[in-house]
Amino acid sequence: MTARRSRIPATKYPVERFTLDNGLRVVLTPDRSAPVIGVAVVYDVGIRSEPEGRTGFAHLFEHLMFQGSENLEKLAHFRHVQGAGGTFNGSTHLDYTDYFETLPSNALERALFLEADRMRGPRLTEENLRNQVDVVKEEIRVNVLNRPYGGFPWLTLPPVMFDTFPNAHDGYGSFDDLESATVADAADFFRRYYASGNAVLAVSGDIDVAEATELVNRHFGDVPARPAPERPDFTEPDLTAERRTAYTDALAPLPAVAGAWRVPDPVTDFAGYLPYVVLAEVLTDGDASRLVERLVQRDRTVTSLGGYLGFMGDPFDVRDPTALLLQAHLPPGGDVDKVLRTIDEELDRLASDGLTDGELARTQARMATHLLRDTDAVLGRALRMAVLEQQRGEPGLLNELPRLVGEVTEEQVRAAAATLRPERRAAIEVIAGGVR
Amino acid sequence: MTGTTIASVGPRTLPPLGPTRKLKVPKQAERTLRNGLTVIAVRRPAVPLVELRLWVPFGRVHLARGAMLSQTMLSGTDSMTSVQIAAELQKVGGGLSAGVDPDRLMLSGAGLVTGLDRMLELLAEVLTSASYPSDEVATERDRLVDRIQVAQSQPAHLAREALLKRVYGRHPYATQTPEPGQIRAVRPAALRTLHAERVHPVGAQLVLVGDVQPEKALDAAERALGGWAGAGRTADLPAIPPLEPGPLLLVDRPGSVQSSLRIALPAVSRTDPDHAPLQLANLIFGGYFSSRWVENIREDKGYTYGPHSGIEHSVAGSVLVAAAEVATEVTGPALLETTYELGRLASLPPKPEELEQARQYALGTLQLGMSTQAGLAALTSAYAGNGLRLDFLAEYAARLAKASIDDVAQAAARYLAPARAAIVVLGDAERVTPGLAALTTVHTEPVS
Repeated sequence: MTARRSRIPATKYPVERFTLDNGLRVVLTPDRSAPVIGVAVVYDVGIRSEPEGRTGFAHLFEHLMFQGSENLEKLAHFRHVQGAGGTFNGSTHLDYTDYFETLPSNALERALFLEADRMRGPRLTEENLRNQVDVVKEEIRVNVLNRPYGGFPWLTLPPVMFDTFPNAHDGYGSFDDLESATVADAADFFRRYYASGNAVLAVSGDIDVAEATELVNRHFGDVPARPAPERPDFTEPDLTAERRTAYTDALAPLPAVAGAWRVPDPVTDFAGYLPYVVLAEVLTDGDASRLVERLVQRDRTVTSLGGYLGFMGDPFDVRDPTALLLQAHLPPGGDVDKVLRTIDEELDRLASDGLTDGELARTQARMATHLLRDTDAVLGRALRMAVLEQQRGEPGLLNELPRLVGEVTEEQVRAAAATLRPERRAAIEVIAGGVR
Repeated sequence: MTGTTIASVGPRTLPPLGPTRKLKVPKQAERTLRNGLTVIAVRRPAVPLVELRLWVPFGRVHLARGAMLSQTMLSGTDSMTSVQIAAELQKVGGGLSAGVDPDRLMLSGAGLVTGLDRMLELLAEVLTSASYPSDEVATERDRLVDRIQVAQSQPAHLAREALLKRVYGRHPYATQTPEPGQIRAVRPAALRTLHAERVHPVGAQLVLVGDVQPEKALDAAERALGGWAGAGRTADLPAIPPLEPGPLLLVDRPGSVQSSLRIALPAVSRTDPDHAPLQLANLIFGGYFSSRWVENIREDKGYTYGPHSGIEHSVAGSVLVAAAEVATEVTGPALLETTYELGRLASLPPKPEELEQARQYALGTLQLGMSTQAGLAALTSAYAGNGLRLDFLAEYAARLAKASIDDVAQAAARYLAPARAAIVVLGDAERVTPGLAALTTVHTEPVS
């Protein structure tokens, strides 16, 4: 059977960009196909920027941004968004923190008002800080401490791979650090990182560009200007020898393992980076992928397998240094060494023998579907464009991604696979401590 | 810096909302094929993709065999291996997955719209000639056993299992996860038999949503699936039993650093006249972030991260479930606040502004849910499986719009009263029993 290549479709979302006098960058992307909008504000600060002794602070601060602002009491933000028929959230990443709403389009001005108000100044009070420290501790208990495989591998692998505090520390934070955070710390953090010049606002969906521009100016125009802080260099040298650790998870019933290799700089070397994004899918996307076929179906040495770029699975919104990760769950008594050896073997085979007929094209077609599906939601579009603007000054790249993924060649994927050597790998093993 | 002044504009006021856009149900078409399959196609051309959902009625199916059937249905056919099926789907940017619950077998997928014909052909291939090859079945059996073991180490799963047993008693909904031993006993022949008996087009609903002309999509489905035949058995589920209040069931999970609090309350189906007011009462209680429950136990007291309540609709009945993971040391106080909020809403009418806020949220999220292909597909399929069509959305919106304070207060009194609740807590019994026993009668069981 010869490979018939599916034509990779593209989106043509229009993009309007401008910068306010106070340095706030704005991206508008209209689409009138449904009466809804997505609004995203992204600040260029994340886990990597939090101070030593204050692990988890970037995330704790994200919670504080919802606790009232210049003209809004505690709880008002939630009520005004939901009372307009919308939903909201925020999230903290290695390199950015985002705040977002998706709403019926008649609430555009309200959403802009709410975001501008907290950009001018959140209400940082002792009472709110203590309350949110408690809430964050419960969040950590739900997601990490009270469940098996909590934090695996996004919290447990970075300290194996990296040596510096920004790259290696626990982004959820220790209870001690969280409890000793002060209102003064929060005020400093806000002054330093939550500057208009350090933020991007993106609005997508059912908007009129001229009207939206006017409303953005009205609400954000008088946010006091503060420049973006200098972003430190978080670079670390690549590994020259394999690193491997293991820990016992008292709640986990079965073993698991994750391995990661450093990849080219996603921003300054996008062309060098993209083949790794494709490689991860060639290896792990579905029953027809290399490693699923080999490890799950044939060898039965693992029961599930995933592969992705970036510790938080964010290939197009992370900066250097980052990694390609593979993670697997094993059957009872499974042999982690054997799994890692087989992965090495398959990577070698891919690097030396290349791909089979049609293997690359079908992987790329499926990746296009995923990319298009993610941007079908107005909010997915606003968030992604905001980060692309922030990290690259290129929000329209979103329209290009399916095509660029489709242009990655077999030679590039092979070359990428050839760099994933055992001596460049960091790995972490979960030893099952569960009683069942 | 000195001499800087910030323009003083005084307090700013929240801008009003613009005019509401009316809910517009998208263009759709429907056809029931001669083999009994109903096909519904909905147009939303925002991205060049199509979403596919096939709902096959699957009530009263043997638990372990049903789970294994969904796990192995895509493992091979008379003419294709599992790898070939997956690769052929990938070629058109597509994928398929299968899942079961006590009501249905669901095949779902999405792909490039240019690949719709091919996806439908592959779907037909699986439906008409899935072969359940021994090797693949053996592999998937082990994988499923492992997955169940992992699930059984998750507090949320254990709490859910305990709640289902407590709520449904002897009804088939009571147990929804098979035991590893039952899975190990499933052989390929049993899967082939089950497929022949129950995977047939009569009563099944196929939903296609995306960049399609609805009539053309129906034609494509008819071409591909018209030959899917077989008139097997159907089975109806009995109505769910009425909820019986009683002592709090405490499931002991020693060493837990949190307690999983679950409360079941009675509810009604989507078409019941009480449904819209109940939905609004639920929102005011705990159904969204700006609810009394969240504002109390999270934003005021910091007991929990993500409490939430919602109505779960199944074919045989509906139930309202409230769930929160709370710190072990505040388990009793968290239950106290929860029953306080339920009781307060059941005995005093909500404030007009609370009701309007909940109403706007309910109406707005209908618009949001319809604004993506995947959202529309999920909604259309859930409706179709319960005998409804998308035009019910407009009717539901009208009911939400006209529910009065009295309607909502009556619904709260009827369904949310704490006296009607069945409560389950999973946690460290030694540490949480005193706090809970101060509030209600507690019956303790070991974790299963």
